[in-house]
Amino acid sequence: MANEALLAFVLRLADDHLILGHRLSEWCGHAPMLEEDLAMPNMALDLIGQARALYQYAAEIEGKGRTEDDFAYLRRERDYTNCLMVERANGDFAHTMLRQLYFAAFMEPMWDAIAKSNDATLAGIAEKAVKEVAYHIRHAGEWVIRLGDGTEESAVRMQQAVEDLAPYIDELFDGDEVTAAMAEAGIAPEPASLRAEFDRTVATIFAEAFLDMPAAPFAQRGGRTGRHGEAMGFLLADLQYMQRTYPGAVW
Amino acid sequence: MYSQGLIGAKTETTEDESFLAAFQARIDAEEKIEPNDPMPVGYRRTLIRQIGQHAHSEIVGMLPEGNWITRAPSLKRKAALLAKVQDEGGHGLYLYSAAETLGVSREQMTEELLSGKAKYSSIFNYPTQTWADIGAIGWLVDGAAIMNQIPLCRCSYGPYARAMIRVCKEESFHQRQGYEIMMTLARGTPDQKELAQDALNRWWWPSLMMFGPHDGDSQHGDQSMAWKIKRFTNDELRQQFVDSTVPQAQYLGLTLPDPDLKWNDERGHYDFGAIDWDEFWRVVKGGGTMNKERIAARKKAWDDGEWVREAVLAHGEKRKARREAAKMAAE
Repeated sequence: MANEALLAFVLRLADDHLILGHRLSEWCGHAPMLEEDLAMPNMALDLIGQARALYQYAAEIEGKGRTEDDFAYLRRERDYTNCLMVERANGDFAHTMLRQLYFAAFMEPMWDAIAKSNDATLAGIAEKAVKEVAYHIRHAGEWVIRLGDGTEESAVRMQQAVEDLAPYIDELFDGDEVTAAMAEAGIAPEPASLRAEFDRTVATIFAEAFLDMPAAPFAQRGGRTGRHGEAMGFLLADLQYMQRTYPGAVW
Repeated sequence: MYSQGLIGAKTETTEDESFLAAFQARIDAEEKIEPNDPMPVGYRRTLIRQIGQHAHSEIVGMLPEGNWITRAPSLKRKAALLAKVQDEGGHGLYLYSAAETLGVSREQMTEELLSGKAKYSSIFNYPTQTWADIGAIGWLVDGAAIMNQIPLCRCSYGPYARAMIRVCKEESFHQRQGYEIMMTLARGTPDQKELAQDALNRWWWPSLMMFGPHDGDSQHGDQSMAWKIKRFTNDELRQQFVDSTVPQAQYLGLTLPDPDLKWNDERGHYDFGAIDWDEFWRVVKGGGTMNKERIAARKKAWDDGEWVREAVLAHGEKRKARREAAKMAAE
């Protein structure tokens, strides 16, 4: 069980990072300004790099000879356990940046705690990731402020993004037998314990952006057990296209 | 931008014979011309056109390769391609900056691109149909770009020459990466080898066209050579490219799609078949498969981003106003 829980936990993290990195990479070449055509791929590269390290570790934990690419490309939709927030279509730039801020504000205290984990491999991954995620908060946070406190149109769009993403926040902090096992083993904290810091990070930025904190709507959940939204299948169709078309080929 | 102070700066010169002779003497002495130096209007105009086209090519060039980022076949390839396309954007950014030192703004250049007034490299009007195209573009298109650009590191205009040094380093990395993709395919399954050969068949001739018309038909050649903006002619560079690429194709075990290609002992070069200049001009003039889509994609990104750029300006103004108000209140 201990190994199974660790594998499940590492795959959740890996899937979150891969799917968000994939979404972010869709912007490359289509950003509102050239500077963002450089900044968004930067963040996507961080996320994909973290996903790779995590999948490699998952392969090692599982010990069945699977590779990072087997995990990333050759599972079925129900086997991906990323949260619903990261798989959502990009929407406009306000939606993309707010989603980035939320995910980074969730991961920063997570990586921070994992850096002191009893699991040396995860601690090593976290040590690098914690610096990267701090930059993501800064970059996305600055955009949320600029857009929230920019023009009338940008403020409306930003507030719309706040409303659209609100149902997907709670799932980040859900616990179950996997997170309980991680907390007990001193490997990773219960996500619920990170909520206060997430709220603080977001509240500070929202205050500067003149944005209202989201009201508590009906929370959407299901990603951690592989129950995804309709966008996920199309994302996987793109992601897996080559591996499915040419089974067994090495690229 | 570090150069924004130069946009719209006074650039007129009195181009009498002694001015032109003195300028040419500096060029002949291999002195670098810098942004604040007096220069003939034609020299400035040529550079703005060339650097602008070059920058636009980097930006439009992000699209065909970007087309495969979400479908790259492995995580390693996905990360490498994303980083590569990001590099192209970076090249665009510092080339626009280099052009800005000549007094033209990035916005102005962007508008010229979107209106169709400014050109970009025609090669990007071909579609990327398969993953192998990512290998072929890296190997051939970046390879041809390097042939064109290495001499530009010695271009007489300082900011352009210095920008090209960094661009060339990155392009040469891209070319090796592209060749390595082709190598993996060529050594892979029969399906993969077929992908590689098909990509080579489609990208070979357009790559040769990247060097531009034959020397006799080239519009800007002689004056650019005299000003040492260009160092080699189109045909010289094209020959150099063919000579270095043929053995690379042989090593891959792929066939170049040119029955007339053969080594000429007397010339010490490869002879190659006739380029289809009708196709070249058709694509230059807008008749390529992707001309419309490329500009439409750039225009969509620009238009969709307008509210974002406006918000940046508005937010900046608000901050400034608040700072000033706070200062007044404190006094």
